[in-house]
Amino acid sequence: MKSSPVKTIVAVGIGAALFFVLGRFVAIPSPVPNTNISTQYGLLAFMAVMFGPVAGALIGFIGHTLIDFSYGWGIWWSWVIASACFGVIAGLAANRLRIEDGEFGTKGIITFNVFQVIGHVIAWGVIAPVLDILMYKEPANKVFMQGLVGGAANIVTTAIIGTLLCVAYAASRPKKGSLSRED
Amino acid sequence: MRNIFNYIDRPSPIHDLTGATKLICLLLWTFAAMLTYDTRFLAALSVGGLLLFAVSKIRIRDVSFMLGFTVIFMVLNNVLVFLFSPLHGVTIYGTKHVLFTISSRYVVTAEQLFYHLNLVLKYLSTIPIVLLFVCTTNPSEFAASLNRIGVKYSIAYAVALALRYIPDVQRAYHEISQAQQARGIEMSRKQTLFKRLKSAGAILIPLIISSMDRIDTISNAMELRGFGKNKKRSWYMARPFRAADFASMAAGALLLVISIGLNIVNGGRFYNPFIS
Amino acid sequence: MGEILLEFSNFGFQYNAQAEPTLYDINLTIRKGEKVLIAGPSGCGKSTLAACMNGLIPFSLKGTMTGSCTARGRETRDMSIFELSAIVGTVLQDSDAQFIGLTVAEDIAFALENNCIEEPDLHDRVKKAAALVGIDGHLQHAPEDLSGGQKQRVSLAGVMVEQVDLLLFDEPLANLDPATGKQAVELIAEMHEKTGAAVVIIEHRIEDVLHRDVDRIVLMNEGRILADMTPDELLSGELLIKNGIREPLYLTALKYAGVTVTPAMHPSSLPGLLLAEEEKELVRKWFREAHSKRQIEARRDLLTADHVSFAYPKGQKALRDVSVHMKEGEMLAIVGRNGAGKSTFSKVICGFEQPFEGDIRFFGECADDWMSLSIKEKADHVGYVMQNPNEMISQTMIFDEVALGLRTRGVPEEEIRERVEKTLDICGLRPFRSWPVSALSYGQKKRVTIAAILVLRPEIIILDEPTAGQDYRHYTEIMEFLKALGEEGFTVVMITHDMHLMLEYADRSVVFSDGAVIADDSSAGVLTNMDVIQKASLKETSLYTLARLCGIPEERAFVQSFIDYEHAHGKRGKAKEEVRT
Repeated sequence: MKSSPVKTIVAVGIGAALFFVLGRFVAIPSPVPNTNISTQYGLLAFMAVMFGPVAGALIGFIGHTLIDFSYGWGIWWSWVIASACFGVIAGLAANRLRIEDGEFGTKGIITFNVFQVIGHVIAWGVIAPVLDILMYKEPANKVFMQGLVGGAANIVTTAIIGTLLCVAYAASRPKKGSLSRED
Repeated sequence: MRNIFNYIDRPSPIHDLTGATKLICLLLWTFAAMLTYDTRFLAALSVGGLLLFAVSKIRIRDVSFMLGFTVIFMVLNNVLVFLFSPLHGVTIYGTKHVLFTISSRYVVTAEQLFYHLNLVLKYLSTIPIVLLFVCTTNPSEFAASLNRIGVKYSIAYAVALALRYIPDVQRAYHEISQAQQARGIEMSRKQTLFKRLKSAGAILIPLIISSMDRIDTISNAMELRGFGKNKKRSWYMARPFRAADFASMAAGALLLVISIGLNIVNGGRFYNPFIS
Repeated sequence: MGEILLEFSNFGFQYNAQAEPTLYDINLTIRKGEKVLIAGPSGCGKSTLAACMNGLIPFSLKGTMTGSCTARGRETRDMSIFELSAIVGTVLQDSDAQFIGLTVAEDIAFALENNCIEEPDLHDRVKKAAALVGIDGHLQHAPEDLSGGQKQRVSLAGVMVEQVDLLLFDEPLANLDPATGKQAVELIAEMHEKTGAAVVIIEHRIEDVLHRDVDRIVLMNEGRILADMTPDELLSGELLIKNGIREPLYLTALKYAGVTVTPAMHPSSLPGLLLAEEEKELVRKWFREAHSKRQIEARRDLLTADHVSFAYPKGQKALRDVSVHMKEGEMLAIVGRNGAGKSTFSKVICGFEQPFEGDIRFFGECADDWMSLSIKEKADHVGYVMQNPNEMISQTMIFDEVALGLRTRGVPEEEIRERVEKTLDICGLRPFRSWPVSALSYGQKKRVTIAAILVLRPEIIILDEPTAGQDYRHYTEIMEFLKALGEEGFTVVMITHDMHLMLEYADRSVVFSDGAVIADDSSAGVLTNMDVIQKASLKETSLYTLARLCGIPEERAFVQSFIDYEHAHGKRGKAKEEVRT
């Protein structure tokens, strides 16, 4: 991306702060009792396509680690790394999109969602469970099931929230156009 | 607001260690605990963690709220493991001592229970040390510590920025969501799931778009004060290593070595009492 | 004459994204030890000029420079932003964004850390800089524990920790309450004296800056420098008003009284103002003739809060036994320093927070008991507009943004269309109804957020700092609009730091201090009551001082007469015309 290195660093910091607040405090009740849907991956996908794969990886990594720290339940490196991987893969779409210039049409929506779906499939369908097995020796069918359910939920939230964010941000960019007043 | 991370400023030998030492020890300890399922070692780590807890003068009451989450998480994970793989222990340990039978699929074996014991010990061996790190490390020292252990300073500073702006983001989120609620935006169960997600969008869009403006202003402010000028930077909160720091890091390294050694001795990740 | 620090000659600048240049033909010299105020309406190019001084242009914001801009004799474009920042230290308007450290000490240390300054120098210099601005008692504090004024002191210390030659302040008064703003101006003067650095202040609130002397005022408009002269010369002419800058109120009052303002009077400083006896007599004569005869008509209570107390969880009491009555069709100002309870009070009224004691009653058309209504139901009667429109707007199109509240309430689409269009009409946004929100200016966005609340037809509308960050023209535009709403029968409640707003537009002011109401009076009454002024961190109006200077003992009546005179004659009519075009 064209943004300066300092700006990318700040984007990582603010992005991680947003990721943390969304993950920790913005809970949308899900249809399953006592479980909430995480909204932070929509944000992560948006930040990743804005600032590129490296920023995406760092936001996922830092944000997820901070959430784990704040709950005190240990750091689940397998999931932290999966979040970072999702950030990388979503960020790979950055060069194909021009949201900064206010462009995010149907083609953009498709590109964004293709990348986010691939990202979630790899992160939660492969990386998280495989690492869980390697690191923690958990039963395979359990971790793959967890990954599948979590990944599917994340795909849906990212598709809605992430896309909404991209559309809104693209629309908020000033465009030189021919707007005329109506009476 | 920093109490999200529950730093408790109370003089103790653990507080006196530099942040970098604690971070290194945390990493060594968690990797040591992660690498092996040797029951004896995990039990020793658990006891050791609790002892350090006592040394740090952090009381259970200080962390009860965090412990709550952990217990729920631990129980849930154990239940899930059993539901999905009631004979996981049998596969691991290679023997099958049936204790009693619930149904044809769910048979309780000594191996499975022993595996669960190990799983619980895994938590018990790492949780005290993570809590200890969180409660005794000043967040201000965290970024300096990361840089000290070799993380690029720009990335370390990104972590500091995250810690700095979490309270601001939280306050903004709270205010935006109140104002949007007044306009009828709801995220409660009364709405369909799709509507709930759209409502979340209506709150998150103003939050995130205004944060994007923030990013520009902050990066300007940082550049104007010379951030990124040199290849390295000094840290106001950095402290020099002392004897206790070196000793602690050595002890941490020793734990990792023992853990690796046990993997070799046990011929795998698990300590197997069923085949003697 | 001191050494030249900055010099612009025939300088121009055009942003890459823009079709026209933002700056034209800038010729300006700043010398060592000088103190210069740069004033101008929004969009006049003063912020761009500031960015050229500190190096954000051309190093961070891209565009084309023409002519020359030198710092200590070197073209800035040949330097780096770091070299330039060693000469020019900048205190940004947004002190929350400038406060990067987790604590005061770390933030002050930031520039030193980037220069790899090691112990023990690092701690030493931080301590010294903190002591210089008087923040050394708070070194371990986090930003959220500091007031706006304290944060600004930290920003200043963070700049002064390195020896810079020029201190650049970008709208230093924008987010401060009146008393803190006054202290900020005093602090800047003190730093100027102590360090001998040149000071450049970008600000449109001239009267407040002139609380301490400046050497020159540079007036800008439409990208050009229109005047570069002493304050006394500038204030004697008509240039300020012609270019949408408010002149000090006491000068407006003098002009009403028929006094001709000349540089010899020393009009830039009220304490130093030289008035001849005849001129004082002119003021007295004007007062006798204009003496307020206006009666405030009795109005019906619309919403009453009685003995309301509230505390945040684990916090101190934020409201203590607060009683406020809001009346039909009135313009009410709620004032007080940050954290005095103004915002908490409005949140309690809107139902965002539940009071734990006290009673709130609503006398409009509303079937149920007020306290039992949900946030959403209360919003049908009391609307709340946030300070920053960007934190409220969630839709792309103006129409949809205004329609949002109706849609969530399940109103049929034809009715929505009708109500939204009518509201857009009232708000002067009808021509833009099918525009995206992003095409609007800040002030227009503000109107969209007001429209989005008005469309729900609340009887009361509460606005948090409706004019924050607005120049005089936009201020007048927004306030005249709110006044028109008041005339339509809406009750308009404004939470504000702006004393001009209080004086000129509020029928009544309620003053909060430490969670309690300490005054509930006409604005003229509040701003001439020294006791209240001090407790609530307000500042006496300069009209009060002028009255005393001219030997008028009824200061309060004098202030009231001024307001009433303005309502009847003054610039209001003119400003209104400008708004319409």
